[in-house]
This record gives sequence, structure tokens and C-alpha cells, in this order.
Amino acid sequence: MLRMLIRRLFLGAVTVVIVSMIIFTGVEMLPGDACTAFLEREAQGKLLENCREAQGLNRTAAVRYFDWATSAAQGDLGVSANGSKSIAELVGNRLKNSLLLAACALALGVPLAIFLGVVAGLWRDRPVDLTVSTLAIFAMTIPEFVSATVLILVFSVWLGWLPGIVLTSANAPASAFFPEILLPVLVLTMVMTAHILRMVRSSVIEVMAGDYIQMATLKGVPYWRIVFRHALPNALLPAINVVALTIAWLLGGVVVIEVVFNYPGLGRMMIDAISDRDLPVVQAIALIVATVYVGVNLSADILTMIANPRLRTLHMRRG
Amino acid sequence: MSTPLIDIRNISVGFTGKSGETLPVLRNIDLRVGEGESIGIVGESGSGKSTLALAAMGYLKRGLRLLNGAVAFQGQDMFAQSRRELEHIRGGELALIPQNSGQSLTPTLRIGAQLIEALRLHSDVPDAKHTAKAVELLGQVRLPDPDAIMTRFPHELSGGQQQRVAIAMALAGEPHALLLDEPTTGLDVTTQAHILELLRDIARARGMAMVYVSHDLGAIARVCDHVVVMYAGEVVLQGTTRQVLTAPVHPYARGLLASIPKLSDPRLPVALDGTPPAPGGAGAGCAFVDRCALAQDRCRSARPELTPQPGGEAVRCFFPEQADQISLAGTGAEPAKVAAADEPALRLEDLSISYSQPGVFDKILRRETARVMTVDGIEITVEKGETLGLVGESGSGKSTILKAVAGLLPPAGGQISVSGGAPLAREVEYRSADHLRKVQLIFQNPDDSLNPRHTIAEILEQPLKLYFGLGGDALYQRSAEILERVRLGAHYLDRLPSQLSGGEKQRVAIARAFAAEPELVLCDEVTSALDVSVQAAVLDLLNDLKATQGTTYVFVSHDLAVVRALSDRVAVLYQGRLCEIGPSASVYATPSHPYTEVLLDAVLEPDPDTAPTLSADDVVEMSPPARGCPFQRRCPRKIGAICDTDTPPWQQGKDGHAIRCHHAVAELSRLQGVQTKEQVS
Repeated sequence: MLRMLIRRLFLGAVTVVIVSMIIFTGVEMLPGDACTAFLEREAQGKLLENCREAQGLNRTAAVRYFDWATSAAQGDLGVSANGSKSIAELVGNRLKNSLLLAACALALGVPLAIFLGVVAGLWRDRPVDLTVSTLAIFAMTIPEFVSATVLILVFSVWLGWLPGIVLTSANAPASAFFPEILLPVLVLTMVMTAHILRMVRSSVIEVMAGDYIQMATLKGVPYWRIVFRHALPNALLPAINVVALTIAWLLGGVVVIEVVFNYPGLGRMMIDAISDRDLPVVQAIALIVATVYVGVNLSADILTMIANPRLRTLHMRRG
Repeated sequence: MSTPLIDIRNISVGFTGKSGETLPVLRNIDLRVGEGESIGIVGESGSGKSTLALAAMGYLKRGLRLLNGAVAFQGQDMFAQSRRELEHIRGGELALIPQNSGQSLTPTLRIGAQLIEALRLHSDVPDAKHTAKAVELLGQVRLPDPDAIMTRFPHELSGGQQQRVAIAMALAGEPHALLLDEPTTGLDVTTQAHILELLRDIARARGMAMVYVSHDLGAIARVCDHVVVMYAGEVVLQGTTRQVLTAPVHPYARGLLASIPKLSDPRLPVALDGTPPAPGGAGAGCAFVDRCALAQDRCRSARPELTPQPGGEAVRCFFPEQADQISLAGTGAEPAKVAAADEPALRLEDLSISYSQPGVFDKILRRETARVMTVDGIEITVEKGETLGLVGESGSGKSTILKAVAGLLPPAGGQISVSGGAPLAREVEYRSADHLRKVQLIFQNPDDSLNPRHTIAEILEQPLKLYFGLGGDALYQRSAEILERVRLGAHYLDRLPSQLSGGEKQRVAIARAFAAEPELVLCDEVTSALDVSVQAAVLDLLNDLKATQGTTYVFVSHDLAVVRALSDRVAVLYQGRLCEIGPSASVYATPSHPYTEVLLDAVLEPDPDTAPTLSADDVVEMSPPARGCPFQRRCPRKIGAICDTDTPPWQQGKDGHAIRCHHAVAELSRLQGVQTKEQVS
């Protein structure tokens, strides 16, 4: 088990390094660099030369990659191209905001999704299942910006209960985002709940049709005990991986929501950085998102292994 | 007469078909089981035997419903009980031992937790003593080291151990009756024999009634006093075990018995042609009429009732007195003998196979790791036109060898050559088209080996196009011809596998293999997924093809009687090592390797007067011992230290019969001869 843990950590680290190389190469291949972006029209001759000298851009790509990677590993992501501000600080604030948004959505969505998924699975084809499943399909298929707009219309324009847009600045403390954060959380929760609950529902149905559930029934185990002791520990195993994917999505992929609500998260910063040609920031965000993906999936695999005795002993036997 | 323990009265169970009509799975069944009685329910798949057993617990699978009748257990109507009362009876007074315990134990709960749960629900034992009681139960089902088993998860146990746990769990509530749904299907012969003896002992000691559902008449013969034969959801014959198994008065029961290969009869079993009607498909007459050799006009127009006979049995047939026209003995064909003194069809030289692959890190570091050889030192030559049977328990490496010959699993060492040619490439992707054509593999389960979206024509055309470049009319002609050869008509060409019965699908799989005009056909448990009557037909077909095509077979099966019926020579494997090889008649007679002896002794014959001999434990060994004889740990004829340290030599017998043992052949004859005499006296 320990050996396999070390192995997975090592492979995860290798993945992040490879991804960082791809990011660096991709950014490298774009025409122009930080200096051409910063100097704009004056980017020629001596001025450009001096700027590149000052930024260390005239060194070979390999040296620059090594430099960037080693300092990134130590938490120093460099300075942004235009403002000479520390990227670690800029991105750090945004990361905190994205984490806040993700945490709220998860805290609301995961228990809700599991509850609804289990209910729909246990009462398969009954009215409650049909209602839940139909709503889930709606939540999944309506584009986020549409549901976001509708929610803003209802809750802030008509009812006036919640602010429809986030005005708090990026570096404010987490508590300052309430209640502005509630509407974006609601939209995210809807989408992720739909995905997770459908997965949980089909998993519950599959497990409940299994031989060991029939056996437990014929052994005289009371129904709810079967559900909680025999079925759910097995049915919820696949949910771990879906939740992991959702976490990664929440931290890097909710650009549309952030834009609609003007929420200062990582996704919006990425878009802004791309349009500003702020390449160091783009690199930094891409690296962070990649690391989150790898980290979250790794934790999900390890968690699955701990929760699933089959996998656990398989790896123990191999050493 | 006191009220019976289980009283099933006139029940019918059915489901709603696609067009809304009700299709019956069970039709008007009556069954009574008294205290301490043991009743066997036999029949082929789809006969409704499992449904009937589960209905006795007031349980129907999803989609099924009770159409009429009632089931009473100890006088209580099981279909009118509240959920709470059912929970009390199930697992308490009436316990089930399921078919596949591996899948019937909850994978995320430890064995101890599952046993203690049963105790908590159904026994008077105080909570504090549950653990001790659970350990005691595990000991009663003769599991070694019960304390360790308590902390294991189900997947960490072997199939036999899982089945014992299921038995222990059923015993937790001290039931009055046990329902057993194919409890030994899928287990090795030795394990099966051990489990059945255990069940017999326990039922006798506790005076428990048993309802034993199985397609295996051998197991039924060993455990039951009475037998009920089911066909198409009806009881067709009911009587004592002796009546039903030695002189059945229903044509179906006779056909079923005749289709079972028997160790005592080297001839092929007789196939029972046709298939049972689908639910709702039986006409006005007898359900068996289409397959009955004795059918008369009356059988087609009227449905016979279950009628008591002078001997005490009950039969659903108009002409039970004529049933004895159908022979019970295998009057089937003699196995074809076509071995030719040509180049050998297959030669395995010092073949060794390992499943453990060097890991990524070992490769990077170029580290040499000691690989456990799953199969080692196999030297076998198969003559052209000969059938070699490979037998052994699960884990003996018999299928592994087939995979290596087919190129699906690269061997770790040694050579495989076909028809005296150059050695075959280790992996199938490096083999020449000619080599690929010469070696064909037929798998166990046609449901998995035939692409469900390809028509039979597409399935058969693939080898024909690939190896012979046929097209157009020639292709169609040839496909049709091949189908005829496996006794299916050309009208099957447009069908999909799902439109065929199990036996028909396996024929298509056989046809596909023969379309390549192979020199060597590898059969991997090809009849194990089939019902006995269908199995007999497939065996007959394989035998026929061998006679007409002169094909060479390597035939793998866990069923010793099936192997005997088809094979010229038999090789016995234990832990991937050859123990014994020789002409089938010699291998199946004494003297034999102690392992072969253990296997043969454990075989259950459908005869109430025979009993298996359990001469060795049924422990499952994870890996072969590093030195000495592979069978050293279980051998009933172990000599001593020499067996642990030295690899045994080959002892040569007559006609190329060879036994790998430290005992000389004469010594084995003496030991085994003496034992047989003891059995007789």
C-alpha cells in the first residue's frame, strides 16, 4: 500500500512536470512575448532588446524553463508582465476566491446529489424518481449562463433577495463575499448536483439488483439496514471519482459563471490574462489548474482504494 | 400426517411479456416438504427450478408475480406476510444457500461482520457472545483458522471457502429448512464433494429439511431422498431419488439421464434434441411433445396431468409404461479414432508460462525478479487426429496452456510447434496467416465470444475472407455449407446471436473455428456453459467433425466424464505441472497419480448407490511449492521428505502411460488396488 502510494505520488509529479513543459512550450510558440506586449508599438530595436535583457528573455528556452519551473516549485511564480506585481500574490487571491466558491458549491451540492441520487435509485421508476431525473436532465442541458440569468432575474431583479452581481474586490477576505456569492453557488450546485445524482442513481440501481442484496434480503436483513450497510458503501464508490472531477472543474473551468456574476476567480483571471497577453500569469494559472487536476484525481484514487477492500488488498498483496 | 414444513399449493408465477400478455414461468406447482426431508429439484436452465425455490421464501425476482396459488411455511402464508414477519422467517427458520457465494456476500463487509449480522437478527445468543458463536459456526463448516477468516473480506477467500461461509451464515439462525440454489455449481470436483458431505452431515445432525436445486444429478443423488424433475415450468416427474435416477418413467427424465456423460461409460452420451418451449410457448398438448421420441397424437392435443403411479411416483405423461423404450445407458456413438502416424499436430517443448510480468520500475532498473511460473515444464506431443484432454482443478493451468498455444499469452519459455513446422511466434500478432489458420480456439461462453451485433453470416465470413479470400457466391455457398456441417441450416445466416439458443450459439462458434480448416482446435470448457442435453449434442458434433475432418483437438474441461467421452489421451495437471499423461482408459483406471486418484474419487455419479471418497483436503494452494512434487501438500500417498525435496521422476506404464511420482507404478497399483477392495467390502 505504501509502495503504491509512493509510486502514484511519483507518477503524479511526473505528470505535473510534463504538463508544465507543454504549457511552457505552448506559450513559447505564441508570437510575441511579455516585452512585445508591454512595449506595444515601441517594441523594436534597442528598447525591445533592453526589455528582454531586463526580463531575462534572451536566454535559451531550456534555461528559462528550468528557471521558471524551479522557482514555481518553490512557490514563486514570477511577476506579471505589465504591472511587475508578484504573480503568487495575484493568483493566490484568485485561488482563494475560487476555492471559496468551490467549497460552498460542494458543501451544498454533494450531500444533495447523493441524497437525491439514492432516493431516485431506491424508488426507481416511481414519481419521485421521474421528477428528480427529469429535473436533473434540465439542470444539465440548460446552459449555465441561461440558468444564471434566470436566477438573477428571479432572485435579485424581481424578488430583490440576493445581489445579482459580485462587487467585492479580489483581495477581500472570504467573509466579505456573502451574500453575493450565493447566486453563483446556486447555479454551480444545480449543474454539479445533476451530474453526480445521475451517477449515484444508476450505481444504486445496479447495486440493489445485485446478488448480495438479494442474499441480504433472503437472510432477513431489514430493508433500511440493507440500504445503509450493504448497498450504499458499494454504490457510493464510483461517486468519489465523479466528485473529484467536479472539484477540478469547479476550480478551473467555471469561466462562464465567473464572468456572468463578475466573480473574481481563477477562470476569469485566466481569460483576462490571455486577452492582456500576460503570459507569465497564463502559465501560472495553467500550472495551478493542472496540479489541482492531478492532485484531486490522485486523492480520489487513494480514497477509492481505502474504501474498496478489493483494491486495497490487491495492492497490499503486490507489496 | 402433520402439516408439512413447506407447503406449496398450485402456484403459478409469470411475467408480463412485450406485447402485454402474461407469460408463465411456473405452472400450477404443488410441492410439500416435511420436517427433515430433503428434496431435489432438477431441470435445465429456464425450467423454473430456482424461481420455485425462491418462491418458497415468498420471494420473486423483479418483474415476476404470483398468478395463483399459495406458499405456506409452517402454516404461514409467505406471500401474505408483513415485511417484518418475512424478515423474521428468512434467514431464521428458513435459510438460503445461494448459487454464487462470491457474489452473494457483500464485498465491503468482513466475513465476521456478515456472520454476526445474521446472529444478531436471528439467534438468541447474547450480543457479547456473537463473535465466539460466529467463530464456532465457521469451525462447524470445517474452515481452517476461523479467527483469521472472520477478519477477511469475501474476495480474499476461495470459491469453496465462500460457499462454506454462506453455509455458516445459513446455520446462524438454526433453521428448520435450508433452500440450496445450485450451491456447488462452479466449484471444483473435490470442493463440491467436500461441501456436499458437509451439508449431508449437518442436515442429518440437526434434522433440517433441504430443498436442493441443481442441474447436477450427481449432487442430487448424494443429498436427496426425493427428486422433482421440472420441465418448462411444470413438474413432470416426482418420486424417490432411487425411482427417478435409476428407473424414471418420464421420457424427459430418461433423456436427461442418458445425456449425462458418465465415468463408468466411455461412450458418448445421447443428445436430447430440440429446445424447451419459451414461457407461454407451450401449445395445448404436453410441453415436452416436440422433443419426445414416443410422442403420439394424444400428446399433441391434450395436456397430461401429474398422475400417481403404482410405485408411488407421480408422472406427467400419458404413457409412462412405455418410457423404458428410451435407453438410459449411453448408446451414443463410440468416440472416433482417427489418429494417424504423421507429423505430430502439436508439440509443446518445455513450455513455461508466467502471469507475473516485470513491473515498470523493474524494467527501468533492469532488475531481475524471480517470476512465479504458473505453468512449467510442459512436454506434450499430440498426434494428428488425436484428442488430448487436459484436466485439473481451477488454477491447474489448463486454460493457460490453451491461451499460450493460441498466442494470447506469451510463454515465458519453451516452444510450441504445429504440424511439425517451425515454432510458432510467442504472440499472436507476429504469427503468419498460415499459422493463425491452423490453430483455432473455441471459448467457453459463446455469449462472450460471438459479437452480438454481427449476423451469423458476418461471423462465418471473417475467417473465409481472411484465410481463403472468398467473395460473392462462393463465400455464401461456403458459409451455408459450414453451417450445415454443424447441423444448422442456411436460414441461420441472417440471424443475430441473440436470436439463437445457447447450444446453437456454441455451434456457430464451432463453425467459425472449422471455417478456417484448422489442423488444431483448442476447446476451452466449450460445454461448461451449456445444459447437459445440449452438451451431449455439442460433444456428438465435435466427435462427428473429428471423424470427418480428422481434426486434432486439445480439449480442456473440469468435468472428468466429459473429457473421458471425447479424449484419446488425457493429461492431468496440478498447479501448472503435468502429473500424469496417457491413453484415457489407462488414466481413468488404476494405477494413477495420487492426484488423479483424488479427482476421480470425488466425482459424483447420478447413482444413489455410489459415494465419493474424500482422500485429500480441498484447500486451494496459491502457488506451487518451490521444490519437490507440486502435490506434496495434499497428497494422500505421500512417502516422506523425498516428496518435499526432489522433483518426482516419470514412472512409465503401458502404452505411453506415464505418472510423475516417487512411487513406482507397481507400488501405486498395489496401494490403489488395496483401497478399492476395502471400498467393496
